[in-house]
Amino acid sequence: MTDLIRDIVIAIIKIAVVMGVCALGVAYTAYLERKVCGWIQSRVGPMRVGYHGILQPIADGLKLFLKEDIIPASADKIVFYLAPVICLVPAFTVLAVIPWSPQFYITDINIGLLYIFAVASLGIFGIVMAGWSSNSKYPLLGGLRSAAQMVSYEVSLGLSIIGVIIFAESLSMVNIIKMQTDSGVWFILLQPLGFILYFICGLAETNRLPFDLPEAETELVAGFHTEYSGMKFAFFYLAEYMNMIVVSAIGVTLFLGGWGSPFSFLKIEFPEGLGIIKTVLDALMPVFWFCLKIVFMLFVFIWIRWTFPRYRYDQLMRIGWKVLIPFTLVNLVFAGVMFFFYEKLKWYVFFPATWLITAILVVLCFRFIKSFDSYCMAEGRPQE
Amino acid sequence: MEKMSEGKTEDTNFFRTEEVVINMGPQHPSTHGVLRILLKLDGETVTDCEVVVGYLHRGVEKLCENKTYSQNIVYTDRLDYVASMTNNLAYVGAVEKLMGVDVPDRAQYIRIICSELQRIASHLLWLGTHAMDIGALTVFLYCFREREDILDIFEMLSGARLTYNYMRIGGVAQDIPDGFKERTRRFLDSFPGHIDEYETLLTKNRIWLDRTVNVGTISAKDAIDLGLSGPSLRGSGVRWDIRKAEPYCIYDRFDFQVPIGTKGDTYDRYLVRMEELRQCVKIVKQALDQLPDGEIMAKVPRVIKPPAGEVYHSIEAPKGELGFYIVSDGGEKPYRVKIRPPSFVNLESFKKMIMGHLVADVIAVIGTLDVVLGEVDR
Repeated sequence: MTDLIRDIVIAIIKIAVVMGVCALGVAYTAYLERKVCGWIQSRVGPMRVGYHGILQPIADGLKLFLKEDIIPASADKIVFYLAPVICLVPAFTVLAVIPWSPQFYITDINIGLLYIFAVASLGIFGIVMAGWSSNSKYPLLGGLRSAAQMVSYEVSLGLSIIGVIIFAESLSMVNIIKMQTDSGVWFILLQPLGFILYFICGLAETNRLPFDLPEAETELVAGFHTEYSGMKFAFFYLAEYMNMIVVSAIGVTLFLGGWGSPFSFLKIEFPEGLGIIKTVLDALMPVFWFCLKIVFMLFVFIWIRWTFPRYRYDQLMRIGWKVLIPFTLVNLVFAGVMFFFYEKLKWYVFFPATWLITAILVVLCFRFIKSFDSYCMAEGRPQE
Repeated sequence: MEKMSEGKTEDTNFFRTEEVVINMGPQHPSTHGVLRILLKLDGETVTDCEVVVGYLHRGVEKLCENKTYSQNIVYTDRLDYVASMTNNLAYVGAVEKLMGVDVPDRAQYIRIICSELQRIASHLLWLGTHAMDIGALTVFLYCFREREDILDIFEMLSGARLTYNYMRIGGVAQDIPDGFKERTRRFLDSFPGHIDEYETLLTKNRIWLDRTVNVGTISAKDAIDLGLSGPSLRGSGVRWDIRKAEPYCIYDRFDFQVPIGTKGDTYDRYLVRMEELRQCVKIVKQALDQLPDGEIMAKVPRVIKPPAGEVYHSIEAPKGELGFYIVSDGGEKPYRVKIRPPSFVNLESFKKMIMGHLVADVIAVIGTLDVVLGEVDR
């Protein structure tokens, strides 16, 4: 009985820590975004609240909390209330299986990845519901766009990670990382194309530029959350950044070796003499590496956002179906072939050869898509 | 019986589609002020549209009839408020033409410097907002950084940063201050590098190409028929620039090219304006080198009373042909002032450009036309 109580208490503490830290992390992702954006645009970003604006996220949160909550008169009230919650809950639920370190994770289930994809795809309902329930035209367009976009990119997102699963031989997040740290080979080395595809789909799934069509601010005012204000708006905001963190965390887990240190091949250990400090450091270092990699991924997300223009709706669909899916399929087939030869060949033969073949495949695939496109164009267009 | 079955088919037709009318503006992040567009959408495709203007109407033309010729310069500042210098220039040019005033050389050169710097500033604002509408947010701030330099230069010159009221009938208000030349030179030296910076972000960017090539295409014939002018017309491949066609001021003394596009799509207009930025730098450099000493005001009477008659004078404003038609009855105030604003006339082609395109293209086209509502509504 005491064991049970102890387990429950530990689980609650873990959940509280992860939720709390991640909620704060979300706020500071927004801060990071504003600072990096300022840096890119040759300005300083938030500077007023606290040292270098370090308390800005808290001030923002407070402001949103105190804001008047407006509900459009003709909105469907229940759905309107539910939408932000449905958007936010899956984003947080996914955190349950993110392994922060070998010892620290809320739970490890043997279908971890499957769970993530099943839960994460629920978030889209929130956006569609928000778009519909606002009873307004811009949100409706935003909701429709996001529905189409998410469905299209979910497919390639799922396909892009299967290569990793082939090599990891497991769906459990912890096992996938262990596989990488034990062998010392991060899956990005085995699946460079897979990583790029995953990253592009991740951008689309999190509604980030260049795929931020559901909320394209210069077209649809604010897309699906045009009519939202106050805390409900903050929920969408939180969900967006939470999704970014989740997508980064999954990317880190699958491709970038999770909690593994990039310098592990040096075999540096903390000296035994440190005693208890060594134990603490040994426990914290994996978390540090994991978070550092997440921040790196986030940085690339932000970097891309402030550099590229936005795709148009039809182009987005074209990329999703005509470019990404063929690529993911090619990558998938090739991953199978690679797995057959993996560990049968010496590493200095295997890696250069696979990278070369991947590069050739990419070029061929582009060629193929291009000629297919021009063929379709020629078919569809009346002869002049 | 037949009727019933008909009614039934309507009811069971669950996935019925219909066109949606969307009201874009007057308050919308990318309608550049208070432009309002009624869009009829089939899904995301624009099947019909109507441009509604007039939200910024102030009756400038009528106001001009109640003020003296000199006082009217202030009103022209507020037409195309991002390019006040060229508005001033067009108006004073028209009055001078009516009176037959010869403007001194030094004033002419200062006017050229101002109007070309103004063209750079206006194009920068266009580029920034156009890129931002399409989603490239960083370009916007880069452009404003350089535009800020020009505003500083104009502040040195006129004391104002937006509505300069700097030109006078017969010359300019003040001579250039100390340090003006050096400041301008410094800007001109650094600016081509900045143009390269914008082009790095956009010109060969795959997404930018996807968003602008073949969007808002207009043929040369249509462009002429609709009265397009300025870069919007030149993008369609018509080599028409009033600076070359009917040189006003002293534009015939400078060496510069008029870039033109080929297809007349948004991308071509973008390239034309980018090249114009470089040409502007060239002109200002020449003008600074040749700047003579001398008077900055012609001998004009204190009270300006042009002889009875009428005049039309147009210049190449950053956005196109800006013309002033003034009728004088010989009194202190103009009898009638008619403004031909380039933005208003260019906006006519909006419908032609957008039909059949997607919602996202609407803002690309608004951006590429470079309209300023202060000038459209007057």
